[in-house]
Amino acid sequence: MSRRDAPSLAVWKFASCDGCQLTVLDCEDELLLLAEQVQIATFAEASSAMVGGPYDVSLVEGSITTPHDEQRIREIREQSGVLVAIGACATAGGIQALRNFADVAEYTSVVYAHPEYIKTLATSTPASAHVTVDYELRGCPIDRGQLLDTLAALLVGRKPRLPAATVCTECKRSGVTCVTVAEGIACLGPVTHAGCGALCPKHHRGCYGCFGPAATPNMGAMIPLLHRDGMSGDDVDRVFDTFNVTQFKTERQRP
Amino acid sequence: MTDSVRSLRVGALTRVEGEGALNVELRNGVPEVVELNIYEPPRFFEAFLRGRAYTEPPDLTARICGICPVAYQTSACNAIEDACGVSLPAELVALRRLLYCGEWIHSHALHMYMLHAPDFLGAPDIITVAREHRDAVERGLALKKAGNRLQEVIGGRAIHPVNVRVGGFYSVPTPSDLKPLAQELRRALDDALATVEWFAGFDFPELTVDHEMLALSATRYPLEDGRIARSAGPEFGIAEFSEHVRETHVAHSTALHATLDGRPHLTGPMARYTLNHDRLSPLAREAAVAAGLGAECRNPFRSILVRAVETVYAVEEALRIIENYERPARASVDVEARPGVGHGWSEAPRGLLYHRYEIDAGGRIAGALIVPPTSQNQAAIESDLTKVILAGVDLDDAALTAMCERAIRNYDPCISCSTHFLTLTVNRR
Repeated sequence: MSRRDAPSLAVWKFASCDGCQLTVLDCEDELLLLAEQVQIATFAEASSAMVGGPYDVSLVEGSITTPHDEQRIREIREQSGVLVAIGACATAGGIQALRNFADVAEYTSVVYAHPEYIKTLATSTPASAHVTVDYELRGCPIDRGQLLDTLAALLVGRKPRLPAATVCTECKRSGVTCVTVAEGIACLGPVTHAGCGALCPKHHRGCYGCFGPAATPNMGAMIPLLHRDGMSGDDVDRVFDTFNVTQFKTERQRP
Repeated sequence: MTDSVRSLRVGALTRVEGEGALNVELRNGVPEVVELNIYEPPRFFEAFLRGRAYTEPPDLTARICGICPVAYQTSACNAIEDACGVSLPAELVALRRLLYCGEWIHSHALHMYMLHAPDFLGAPDIITVAREHRDAVERGLALKKAGNRLQEVIGGRAIHPVNVRVGGFYSVPTPSDLKPLAQELRRALDDALATVEWFAGFDFPELTVDHEMLALSATRYPLEDGRIARSAGPEFGIAEFSEHVRETHVAHSTALHATLDGRPHLTGPMARYTLNHDRLSPLAREAAVAAGLGAECRNPFRSILVRAVETVYAVEEALRIIENYERPARASVDVEARPGVGHGWSEAPRGLLYHRYEIDAGGRIAGALIVPPTSQNQAAIESDLTKVILAGVDLDDAALTAMCERAIRNYDPCISCSTHFLTLTVNRR
């Protein structure tokens, strides 16, 4: 797809909505420049030219949900210098990991008339459950700015800037009026990983956790506040059981 | 006499959204098996939606597709508002339509420039196209960006917007938020018109399809809502959708195949244009005529022209809505849960997207049904492939395979959506 002597980039898809790899194509102002700096070797959604490995950098989107994909992620790891998992599916299993806490055979029977045609695993797992992952870009979807910074960092050989702060911190820094303090709107900002730029509070909505838990979330302090702000026990369970269900469950179970 | 057997194989379709393959078997030049294999792994949305709150489907179903999340959010909102007996005031409907225009502009620009145009230029991708047509590619990227900017301003972000809720929005923009958008859209209108003109000069392979066409129809060109229109047979209401459009599960696909009254049908730009072209804006109609589009479009290779014309329309429509915009007094209307069934649909960039929800007495989703455009178009795509293979039987394997892939891309198939899509395997024997 581009220069032959430049570092090679591959983009891979597993179970996902395509939104995180679309973020690469959403870099409208930077795409042509990026293609001058890296050799986009394999990116099935964007190019019919597929160059074989090894690759300097692989971006992996999606979660592992089939026996074939368990094998494929290992092959990609072997072919890749740096492997970056992009998005909640690849870093946490995604919304399709709701099956991990349900009966997948029953799920299959609800959606498909012939469950016997469907080959799927009982669990949806992140890339890191199968192989060593070098960097993780959080979010459902990932942030375009973080993606560009990560690619730029890898090109010049520095560490990507992926702050482990909370959405709450980002929100305060950007000077947004706190939706919880000012209006009593329930918000997951204090326990959610930074990266989105506090989008929801900027739109008069409480954060709904699409970047997953921050590094050391104080769930014990958070949940009573959610109750105070009008959420029932079921509401609290549901708001955490979405795109990063596996990680939030782990955090909620910590003593 | 020994049978003549031919075998072609494409492991993974490229420049489509999601994972699919094609399986074709030819005996003595006659296609015996033409299967679009969708191997995108299932994600079970309709199963895990059960038990969720009636307010959750817009955020949850958006994650079915990163390319057309607004379509999912809109169809979901329409269905839940229908179940709860709520209709939105005109100014919130206009804002929903404005957001949807953004998705059409972005998604159409993505498909036209990045996925489809390379087929007409003999290039593997847009980066290669840019070597010879730098100005055109920059124009396409600017157009795409204008659509995304619109989604960012109204929806908070382009992929999985955060600002959409059942009953409207969490916050509504001020007129001054929209002003810079209008400036960008005026430039985008020139880009959209230049796009139609550029594509009109492409060579289009001959193909005429006779599938029945299904699209929404409304007083304006259909996007966020409407009533059903079809090219043959009587109209039907939204509650009767499932009686007419039925999904069946075939072994070669994790996508369900949908048919209209038992026959393959076609949804998407060609159907919308054929059934609604008189409702395009004068400028978009003029552009269509200049590009050689008549009263209907039945050559899927020319769908790129229809997308370009629809992009002109979406840009103009967005400008019209912004011009008339008055900030709604409230960002949303209250929607109280009510037990019952609701139906919702809208015109995703790639076609009609239907949602149905059953809501229980506790305000939870008791059942969900989602019929995406690509599962409706899958039978039509397989039928087109047979025609393309018969017409191209003298081509060598590589050329025939490439033609098959093009026939599939004509539909801008969204495999992620339909999973519930293609590797090309052609066995000639």
